[in-house]
Amino acid sequence: MSTELISLAVSSIFVNNILLANFLGMCSFLAVSKKVETAMGLGIAVVFVLSIICPVNWLIYTYLLAPGALGRFSPSLAHIDLSFLKFISFIAVIAAMIQIIEMFMDKFMPALYAALGIFLPLIAVNCAILGAALFMIERDYTLIESVVFGTSSGIGWWLAIIAMAAIRQKLMYSNVPKGLRGLGITFIITGLMAIGFMGFAGISL
Amino acid sequence: MSLSKKEMEVLVDPLIFNNPISIQALGVCSALAVTVQLKQAIVMSLSVTVVLVFSSFFLSMMANTGKGIPNKIRMIVELCVIASLVILVDQVLKAFQYDLYKQLSVFVGLIITNCIIMGRAEAFALGNTPKASILDGIGNGGGYAIVLCTVAGFREVLGSGKLLGFKVVPEALYNVGYENCGLMVLAPGAFVLIGLFIWAQNTLFPAKTK
Repeated sequence: MSTELISLAVSSIFVNNILLANFLGMCSFLAVSKKVETAMGLGIAVVFVLSIICPVNWLIYTYLLAPGALGRFSPSLAHIDLSFLKFISFIAVIAAMIQIIEMFMDKFMPALYAALGIFLPLIAVNCAILGAALFMIERDYTLIESVVFGTSSGIGWWLAIIAMAAIRQKLMYSNVPKGLRGLGITFIITGLMAIGFMGFAGISL
Repeated sequence: MSLSKKEMEVLVDPLIFNNPISIQALGVCSALAVTVQLKQAIVMSLSVTVVLVFSSFFLSMMANTGKGIPNKIRMIVELCVIASLVILVDQVLKAFQYDLYKQLSVFVGLIITNCIIMGRAEAFALGNTPKASILDGIGNGGGYAIVLCTVAGFREVLGSGKLLGFKVVPEALYNVGYENCGLMVLAPGAFVLIGLFIWAQNTLFPAKTK
């Protein structure tokens, strides 16, 4: 059991990195990877939010939306399949959870709140969050697996954005061809990083 | 229906000069993920365009009638409109194109968080007439489709020697030692190709303002 969980964690951090292999969360990755400090802030916020949101969405899907889930409350409801509502309910849960986390942190962890500040609301539209929630449903994870998957996907994303920000800071001193400056070179570097991460493929515990 | 000069501009500008993916850097995630085959890319572009046109239209109508959308709940309203449209697209695909639906997997749902849609709603639809917003939607959807289909075309031809499922690389070429480039099918190929696409675009059509 625990080896399976570790294996899941390793695979979602390195082998199936949510950013480099599944292309999720690209927009904020491109926008916020100019400096290591800000990338760090956003990365931590993503890990934090993903580790909370995955299990919450799992509970909602399994107990309310999955085919036949309402049968628990009354047998006459057992035939109802609400799974088509997953998009709208997930996005609502994500937006609401981020709002709650923001208020909670403002009250109890002011230092962390000040550090993450502007990044928290941005996360609501980060597709890595919704994407991880949808992957979790599609792959039929259990509750514990969904916690591990959420957290380690977040860590994978964090790792990728930190690496990218560090490379881009170094890149400022290089002479990049004119048309390639900015977005173009960023994509190519991401491609090279993805090749690097492919080296982890085949690792299994 | 005749279009004024400004409306033409709204329609044509996002195709190349102000392309949502390569210039505005919006909606990149799905652009990379669904470009392994041209067919997926076409369906994805259509879905995104449909959602984009209708969400721009409805949001622009909402913003222009009565008191408009209160600023505080603006985001929630936008997300609800977009998510409802995505559910419709998702169900239609599931009903009529089940195989493709399975291949696209989570990426249909991820149209909700596709920044093109949210970005255009914020930047354009809320402040313009419904008619102009529809045109803006079509233009940006078209720009998205151009990048998607170009990248997907290259990836499919180079990666598996096919186009829309038909063999295009002649057998004779394989006989003399040509091999499909496996890298193109994998994730890094997509990144590198988009990077090269942006390079080509910046060189051929330098941005007007910069």
